[in-house]
Amino acid sequence: MKLHLKIWRQKNRKAQGKLVNYTLENVNPHMSFLEMLDTLNEQLIQNKEEPVEFDHDCREGICGQCGVVINGNAHGPLENTTTCQLHMREFKDGETVLIEPFRAKGFPVKKDLKVDRSAFDRIISAGGYVSVNTGQAPEANSIPVSHAIAEAAFDSAACIGCGACVATCKNGSAALFTSAKITQLAILPQSQEERKERALNMIAQMDKEGFGHCSNTEACEVECPQGISVLNIARMNYEYNRASFLKFKK
Amino acid sequence: MKLDAKIPQGPLEEKWLNYKKTARLVNPANRKKLDVIVVGTGLAGSSVAASLGEMGYNVKSFCFQDTPRRAHSVAAQGGVNAAKNYKNDGDSVYRMFVDTLKGGDFRAREANVYRLAECSLNLIDQAVAQGVPFGREYGGYLNNRSFGGVQVSRTFYARGQTGQQLLLGTYQALMRQVDKKTVALYSSHEMLDLVVIDERARGIIVRNLETGEIEKHAAHAVVLATGGFGKIYYLSTLAMGCNGSAIWRAHKKGAFFASPSWTQIHPTSLPQSGDYQSKLTLMSESLRNDGRIWVPKKAEDTREANTIPEEERDYYLERRYPAFGNLAPRDISSRAAKERIDAGHGVGPLKNAVYLDFSKAIKEQGQAKIAEKYGNLFRMYEKITGTNAYKEPMKISPAAHFSMGGLWVDYELMTTIPGLFALGEANFADHGANRLGANSLLQASVDGYFIAPYTIANYLADQIRTGKISTDHPEFEKAVKENKEKINNLLRIKGSRSVDYYHKKLGKLLYDYCGLTRTAEGLTYAIEEIKKLREEFYKNVYVPGENDTMNAELEKAGRVADYLEIGVLMCYDALTRNESCGAHFREEFQTEEGEAQRNDVDFQYISAWEWPGSLEQEPILNKEELKFEFVQPTIRSYK
Repeated sequence: MKLHLKIWRQKNRKAQGKLVNYTLENVNPHMSFLEMLDTLNEQLIQNKEEPVEFDHDCREGICGQCGVVINGNAHGPLENTTTCQLHMREFKDGETVLIEPFRAKGFPVKKDLKVDRSAFDRIISAGGYVSVNTGQAPEANSIPVSHAIAEAAFDSAACIGCGACVATCKNGSAALFTSAKITQLAILPQSQEERKERALNMIAQMDKEGFGHCSNTEACEVECPQGISVLNIARMNYEYNRASFLKFKK
Repeated sequence: MKLDAKIPQGPLEEKWLNYKKTARLVNPANRKKLDVIVVGTGLAGSSVAASLGEMGYNVKSFCFQDTPRRAHSVAAQGGVNAAKNYKNDGDSVYRMFVDTLKGGDFRAREANVYRLAECSLNLIDQAVAQGVPFGREYGGYLNNRSFGGVQVSRTFYARGQTGQQLLLGTYQALMRQVDKKTVALYSSHEMLDLVVIDERARGIIVRNLETGEIEKHAAHAVVLATGGFGKIYYLSTLAMGCNGSAIWRAHKKGAFFASPSWTQIHPTSLPQSGDYQSKLTLMSESLRNDGRIWVPKKAEDTREANTIPEEERDYYLERRYPAFGNLAPRDISSRAAKERIDAGHGVGPLKNAVYLDFSKAIKEQGQAKIAEKYGNLFRMYEKITGTNAYKEPMKISPAAHFSMGGLWVDYELMTTIPGLFALGEANFADHGANRLGANSLLQASVDGYFIAPYTIANYLADQIRTGKISTDHPEFEKAVKENKEKINNLLRIKGSRSVDYYHKKLGKLLYDYCGLTRTAEGLTYAIEEIKKLREEFYKNVYVPGENDTMNAELEKAGRVADYLEIGVLMCYDALTRNESCGAHFREEFQTEEGEAQRNDVDFQYISAWEWPGSLEQEPILNKEELKFEFVQPTIRSYK
């Protein structure tokens, strides 16, 4: 296969970026998308040009480090698939492929296709945890959790923190990411004590990081590689209202 | 040097209790005066950083990823073992200890392995309290599944993402401490060197991966929890960034390196499909519960799998190991696959795979039942290969997976450099010559949550009067200068080959000569070839770009430069161990039936390698004799 690539190149946070055209021959349809970028970089290195920087690590869809916008879709055309799990058989010979970084106010571009997602860390550190120190835990089976609740908690907890939801949202909202953690911990019995503060603090941090508001387009769910449901956002709104109400009720 | 493992006195079940009873403590008011550096944020690194932060120490946590939650613990699928005996099937700490010791082919310390099993109980409690959504039964109690090499159900799981869920629990504990400012987080920072002052570990040199800035960080103790180095084979199940650089650079500062050649080659990964391939994706071991492994009886058979009649298929695991069949342990299954592939029976376009066939299970249980058990894995298989495994067998192949070897540590997880600790996969301690499935998440977590917080405190107890360690010390300046030179050297070569070219070459040499099977002749050859490759690397590698910017090629170059040194040590290690044990299989040492022949008279020891001072000299072998007081070594048989 032969591909025409249009790739966003940007030297650093402050530099002005631009799209640069590349042509890549001999693309094997069994290559992953990132292996295609490896191949391009190998070609650039042979030509003594600077390779394209892109984020990646586990290359099996779980670490959440990879992610680019491909022809306008975060992580490309397939549903429930990270960029690393996307393969070139999804593209046609001679096709032009537009590759851009995840763009959002909360995700400044660091270089080329790499963005800074540390805002997600700060949202978690604002309350996305259970305050239990090492050694304080009671015997595991002393807190039964119904099968249904455990499974629902898992569905929310499965988020890999890649940021595709933010990149795809027209408002650059981090509602899906934040709500998935709030929901997981709101429904499990072992995390009830901080339920109100958690919701309020995490949402406050999310706003502070410059992420936009959710306006219920549900695009995030479509692009989420883990299929995290927008019902988490509804749950987050409920938790926020509940906490705001109960906070003032003495 | 005489190696002292510092194993506490007393009966097996009292050793750890005795240690904790007598370990020295640090007064809460003094803890904030003590600085600890933790490198790596996987299960071991995050849990020890969070635990020390909770206790009140001043912690700095480093990782090369853009956030701690991406560390490679995240990728473990199957589960985590614990001897809770919730299934009432006769499990106990003692039984888990014996299984693990035997699984490791009696090349681990009894006291360490027992402690691992003992602390497994607390780990499940801790993870549940953190909100880790383990699989549950309908009554609300925790469920278990079984894994290879044992006869009980002791594996806790969170669907096929147990590593991710455990890591997120630990990550959240870490981020809580970051919020409380007991832990300072340095993401996108890579450790370049260890600083040793007056024979104690006193700090590290790191590179900010975004700006290229070289920074100095001082502390009273340094913890390396930097994972395994299986990526040295280039094609492996590991993440692209996994590396051996932190432990290797510590090794060159005096930390002994134990059993570097003991690498677990996992039997069920996806095969290589072309030269462009960057990694081999693992398919969970659990598939072998219902999948049958076979190759065509006729060598070089090019027919489609489904057209090969039953009588012309060789179910070689069932044939060779009738008692365990398709569930034979990982080392044995991988070797058996290689034997068939080498004999010309491999399948697939590159003839490098064997079939994993579900047709019998689908016929017996129905496709819906198989989909319920393994649906996500079948989907993943189709995503990657474009093949529907309900209709035709999967093609699988062995791939480098886990480093049983690592920095030598004593019972306190301290290396031969006082004040330098190694945790999780970065140390060698608990798995012997072969790790059992679902024990890696366990070991990393137990080291970080339940062992190191005690043993580091024991070390720090006499550091209270030391005062702040200054980064102005000449040793820091020296290390900064050396590392800047190293980086500039790499950038200056401007040759014609990419870093990956050398990494792939090295990986192939190691896989062929220091992989599933080894020979003295092959290892001797590999040592010379790797040395030549290293020379060529420093003459002809091309590292583009500059230091003062984000530069992934430069990062890779530093790691591959280290791999080219580690690879040689791996070969020496395999060459000097004239026996076969666990994952280490020397062709000269096998039974008539082709099974591993261990030699307990001459090789019942851990090889702890000492840096000789330069690459020109041969590494120095130190031995830690293993004593078995409670369980006598037996021959591992799965026939």
